[in-house]
Amino acid sequence: MNGASRFSIVGGRLIDPGNDIDRLADVHVADGRIVAIGAPPTNFRAEQTHDASGKVVCPGLIDLCARLREPGAEQKGTIASETQAAAASGITTLCVQPDTNPVIDTPADAELIRRRAKQVASARVLSVGALTLNLDGEQLTEMAALMDAGCVALSDGGVPIDNTRVIRRVMEYAATFDILCMLHPMDSNLRDGGCAHEGAVSTRLGLPGIPEAAETVAVARNLALAAHTGSRLHLRGLSCATAAVMLRRARHDRVRVSADVAAHQLFLTEMDIDGFDSSCHVIPPLRTVADREGLRNAVAVGAITAISSDHQPHEGDAKLLPFPETEPGISSLETLLPLTLKLVDEGVLELAPALACLTSGPADILGLGAGRLHVGSVADICVFDPNTNWRLNVDDMLSKSHSTPFLGWEFRGQVQQTFFEGRLTFERKR
Amino acid sequence: MEAFGNTRLQLRDNGRLRHFLTLDGIGRELLTEILDNAESFTGVSERTVKKVPLLRGKVIANLFFENSTRTRTTFELAAKRLSADVLNLNIDASATSKGESLLDTLRNLEAMHCDMFVVRHASSGAAHFIARHAAPHVSVINAGDGRHAHPTQAMLDMFTIRRHKGDFSQLRVAIVGDILHSRVARSQILALNILRAGELRIIAPRTLIPAEARNLGVHVYHDMDKGLNGVDVIIMLRLQRERMRGARLPSEHEFFQRYGLTEQRLRLARPDAIVMHPGPINRGVELDSHVADGAQSVILQQVGFGIAVRMAVMSMALGPGPAP
Amino acid sequence: MNKLFMTETAIHALLDGMARDLSRRIAEQGVDAPLMVGIHTGGVWIARELARRLALAMETPLGELDISFYRDDFTQIGMNPQVKPSHLPVDLDGRNIILVDDVLHTGRTIRAALNELFDYGRPRSVMLAVLISRAGRQLPIQADISGLEPAIDPQDHIILKGPDTLELYLGEPGAKDRAE
Repeated sequence: MNGASRFSIVGGRLIDPGNDIDRLADVHVADGRIVAIGAPPTNFRAEQTHDASGKVVCPGLIDLCARLREPGAEQKGTIASETQAAAASGITTLCVQPDTNPVIDTPADAELIRRRAKQVASARVLSVGALTLNLDGEQLTEMAALMDAGCVALSDGGVPIDNTRVIRRVMEYAATFDILCMLHPMDSNLRDGGCAHEGAVSTRLGLPGIPEAAETVAVARNLALAAHTGSRLHLRGLSCATAAVMLRRARHDRVRVSADVAAHQLFLTEMDIDGFDSSCHVIPPLRTVADREGLRNAVAVGAITAISSDHQPHEGDAKLLPFPETEPGISSLETLLPLTLKLVDEGVLELAPALACLTSGPADILGLGAGRLHVGSVADICVFDPNTNWRLNVDDMLSKSHSTPFLGWEFRGQVQQTFFEGRLTFERKR
Repeated sequence: MEAFGNTRLQLRDNGRLRHFLTLDGIGRELLTEILDNAESFTGVSERTVKKVPLLRGKVIANLFFENSTRTRTTFELAAKRLSADVLNLNIDASATSKGESLLDTLRNLEAMHCDMFVVRHASSGAAHFIARHAAPHVSVINAGDGRHAHPTQAMLDMFTIRRHKGDFSQLRVAIVGDILHSRVARSQILALNILRAGELRIIAPRTLIPAEARNLGVHVYHDMDKGLNGVDVIIMLRLQRERMRGARLPSEHEFFQRYGLTEQRLRLARPDAIVMHPGPINRGVELDSHVADGAQSVILQQVGFGIAVRMAVMSMALGPGPAP
Repeated sequence: MNKLFMTETAIHALLDGMARDLSRRIAEQGVDAPLMVGIHTGGVWIARELARRLALAMETPLGELDISFYRDDFTQIGMNPQVKPSHLPVDLDGRNIILVDDVLHTGRTIRAALNELFDYGRPRSVMLAVLISRAGRQLPIQADISGLEPAIDPQDHIILKGPDTLELYLGEPGAKDRAE
């Protein structure tokens, strides 16, 4: 599905939030790059013309956090399978966490993923390396070397670093090289083996709870240390309203902090785990309606600048256990754009700022300058029909994992074509 | 929402019991019927032949993923008094690590034509999970899952209360101790609310009270003396030793000082108040020995009633029942 | 619509006859201190009436038997929601029992009652007394004493109403004999 190397996408509504563009405009591509917006350059002869009338043309989506499970857990997903699902969802760039097997904690591990992705991926795979060796929370990785090997940031891989001194040193060392630290805010001691939001529902179901404080304590600590060290901090996956308020205040105080939220956190609440529904078992847990509203508000006011999928594919058996024993995480690449468009339908924010959370927002967090469509930029393009109504069915999913709480949900807006570096990586069959 | 889902999962189309997983979503009539049936079964234990042929030819598997000789024995005795064949399976965690999944275990037992699984598991929701994946002819009885539910224990407690007090509507009931970790307490609270008990109190330090506990339909007390004032029924819960290690409590001594049931405290309740405990008792931690063995204690009766209540639940779940 | 089959007066006449037959039988066979046991629900009413007529039965209280736990149709219809506890006031070992029911039809109820009796102990003898003995036996069981052996359409069923005013009705085809 390569297509022509010189082509035009014509008649579409171009929304490029990073460049503040929202108008009808043609996009012209040659050799993987954008060569013109609007009128074609002189002497440009398109080999192919894609009619995008009635559709939205936007930068390919950037997902700050997705697990592809390769290497180490290929029964759950592979770079090939999951990037195909990404392409079908308009996503052209995926940041993978270091908690693979082996952990991405040496330049060689990062290189392995880069090479593998080059062979089989239908999207760009960017590694987020580990901050500590084997994610043990104690010994620093060769951070600078990891960045040289192509990592875009370094993280705790979802395994919280409990030792405050280590967090401080990690941030200080990272600040030396202006490396972005991605931390999942969760205090393990306060989590205490919990698997659901500590609240009315977990009380009724007798599920060990995770208090809101498990997140807010970690956010407070990380913000204090970021202010202290001057490090660039990214809070990965907020789940509660209080944390969002703390984030706003810190940003106001010029702390160098950004944050993202998983799309499902903007729609689901603790109520959804009722009946022990393991497809809603996620970490951080689904919290209250008030938390969901607080997170939506933080997105609306621009405190949270990226919406991620937090895609965590699993084999079916991983969810076929009593709730607390199931593995947390859902297959969510294919609902990233649909859920974000639902936010627009529900009046949380306008279409362009919504798309910014999937394009320039995450790109700016990573400091990539990507996620935009201007002359000279790489032709990562998503074309979607904003008016198609559809329903999420298991059979239509491309991810190896079908574990999602959104099966059967009705969505409006569906990806038609995805171009990655000027190559057509997905085209919806009529 | 939960209640509705539970109703659909636990009842047959004709409204009769199929699974008994939680009291959430079960109506007052059905609970009363369980109690009434249990009343009939109490006679069976007093006869020469302590057995009725009701479930002859049925196979009941006790699936105990968490060891509990006491509970297993009462279920086993109940099944045998109904003339069912009983398989006891103690499945420790190592079985799953050998690669046999929980569902594989179920399928194997279904292939042996088991009609009922009595499930005990350390994880909340385990009985729901098994019920959802069980073959259509199989009934599942929850014999305790994590902190979630232990409905037959709660029903035998209701049976005990009804024997002594008759009507629930005027009763003040206090549940004392580790509410947070107690599946028994959760099921008792549901049962008492369904049976419309007059007033329901829970008494414990804040470290042993779950979040948003008032949503369960209880009044929360931290002061034992105030909480016991004028109650008709006192249910003491068992305190696990590990609560001291988990920084929930300073010591057994301090717990007993503040929340132990002594003869002196018992006088704060109504003079005819009864004292209950799901057992086994930690004397001097939850209860004073004098109270445990005293005239107001009905703890030993609870054990005997447990068999009758389990016979009632098993026979109701294994008979399809008349059309509504 | 249910049709009145027998009035209270007629039933009491039958009961008087049954009581006479019973006392003769007891005397003939030298039955010592018999225990009268009624089967729930109609049988208990009939047993009460008979006991009233037989002075000897006043010495020991009546036994009551609910055969729900012994039914052979449990797998088809399940648990009867109105099970009453069986109550036998004395030890059955070596006792002479007069088992009483309202209507003897297929014989299955009596089979269940006998099984239950023997789970309580080992009686010396069991005699069966029924108000109505109708055709349709499916088991080799006959009554020793019966008030009436009417010819009834096999499709019809008999309803005994009570306990204060005893009346017999013929009900619509399809249902089972019952007391209400």
